[in-house]
Amino acid sequence: MAMLTINDLHVYYGVIQAIKGISFEVNEGEVIALIGANGAGKTTILHTITGLIAARSGSIIFQGQKLTKTPAHRIVKMGIAHVPEGRRIFSHLTVYENLQLGAYTRGDKAEIEASLETVYRRFPRLKERKNQVAGTLSGGEQQMLAIGRALMSRPKLILMDEPSMGLSPILVSEIFDIIKSISEGGTTVLLVEQNAKKALTIADRAYVLETGKIVLSGNAQDLINDESVKKAYLGE
Amino acid sequence: MQQFIMTLIDGINLGSVYALVALGYTMVYGIAKMLNFAHGDIIMVGAYTIVVFITRLSISVPLAMILCVAFCALLGFVVEKLAYKPLRHATPLSVLITAIGVSYLLQNLALLIFGTNRQFIVRFIDVGNFNLFGVSVSGISVIIWVTTIVIMIGLYTFIKKTKLGRAMLAVSEDKGAAQLMGINVNRTISITFVIGSALAGVASILYSAKYLNVDPYTGSLFGIKAFAAAVFGGIGSIPGAMIGGLLIGLIEALTASYLPFNLNAASDGFAFVILIIMLVLKPTGLLGKKNTEKV
Ligand SMILES: Nc1ncnc2c1ncn2[C@@H]1O[C@H](COP(=O)(O)OP(=O)(O)OP(=O)(O)O)[C@@H](O)[C@H]1O
Ligand SMILES: [Mg+2]
Repeated sequence: MAMLTINDLHVYYGVIQAIKGISFEVNEGEVIALIGANGAGKTTILHTITGLIAARSGSIIFQGQKLTKTPAHRIVKMGIAHVPEGRRIFSHLTVYENLQLGAYTRGDKAEIEASLETVYRRFPRLKERKNQVAGTLSGGEQQMLAIGRALMSRPKLILMDEPSMGLSPILVSEIFDIIKSISEGGTTVLLVEQNAKKALTIADRAYVLETGKIVLSGNAQDLINDESVKKAYLGE
Repeated sequence: MQQFIMTLIDGINLGSVYALVALGYTMVYGIAKMLNFAHGDIIMVGAYTIVVFITRLSISVPLAMILCVAFCALLGFVVEKLAYKPLRHATPLSVLITAIGVSYLLQNLALLIFGTNRQFIVRFIDVGNFNLFGVSVSGISVIIWVTTIVIMIGLYTFIKKTKLGRAMLAVSEDKGAAQLMGINVNRTISITFVIGSALAGVASILYSAKYLNVDPYTGSLFGIKAFAAAVFGGIGSIPGAMIGGLLIGLIEALTASYLPFNLNAASDGFAFVILIIMLVLKPTGLLGKKNTEKV
């Protein structure tokens, strides 16, 4: 059985329907890319999974448990972390305090400390700046902090919303390397990206979204070579 | 000179109590993003509980003080649950009007139960005078200062160092992101109300011990001045509430004793004049933060 199963999901903002009956699944260990133009509904799907927006109908099942009726603050504890669009780090708090908040639902101090060391090893830059106020970090450092903060909950599934947004090409490559290594470490990844080319290179499978509907899905490799995808999303 | 120092001491006393109440305003504003206009009235309720517990029921003073703080905390919890929680997604204006409604409700309940007459409170904290640089300072003043400083440091440490305090800061900055961390935002807001109301309870004890009387409107003017103190210091800032409270208290005491006779009745208003000047010069208040979020 899939780790995450989404079935016939409908989501509205008031009277506007943003998601129009979407179904897809994510298997354990996969990297799944969700690509689509601005306003296609990618962020809305992630927000519905982590409970920031309520679904009108349809179901989201994570490891056999129904998420659609679970309050947002319980979902992290079930094993889903979310790196939100625009990072949304706590800009008045320090790097260290942000990371501690990532482990908010965990109890064991020693294990939290161990996770902190793991995050610092992955992002040495965060360690150097652990007492710096997060709002003063550079864009790339903020993105690393947002990812590090999500990892502090030790998720089984991590949702990432446009982690490469606004970063220089070198940093974009760095972020994609990080995503790859998170996946290799055993965490399942659901990745939303505008940078379809990069996303498809590291993904196992992908879904293409257009105005609230999935219009195409398949192996990432096949999609890279698909003529319509090339035209619409890869700019070739 | 003697009179000047006495005036300063008066101002600091008054200002300390303002500061404690301003803290409640600032915490609730910072975290729930609402102006709880009923906050000042909790002082009035607290002072009446002192009247009831000590004068009418003759409960021992330490126990009565604990009960007073507990009652205020409970009142904050109930008000939040019944009046504000159902409005979590309403417009700020509806919440503000509800808060004004709660304020009138509390005042009218006090009128109904205790009548319009001013109630006198027995001198329930009675300590000798201290000699401070040749000036005799009443014991109660020293108690007010020490309590205020201890609470201020305690609260600051609590918010900076504990998990719950950190959760409050997270909620205050971004409720959605706080939820993504696993923070129960609703519960955090309720706890903030309880803490703010308990602080108002402490303020009501100090107020009662110093001024020895209460009427149903005690909290209203007092609350507005404490609110002015919170805005003066920069609403949302804890050290700001402290400094704002002290300044408003000092301004009030100094204008009341040094303005010419026909003007000193306006000492209540003078603090607001200073507030307005302050807001023109620095709209975020003395220690108010500008938003530094990067997008
Ligand atoms: N809070 C909101 N209120 C009303 N409509 C919204 C809201 N948030 C999103 N929408 C609408 O829902 C649709 C999907 O938006 P969403 O943010 O999910 O798109 P997206 O695929 O993430 O786009 P982008 O790539 O630009 O981030 C859009 O038409 C958008 O205008
Ligand atoms: Mg988006």
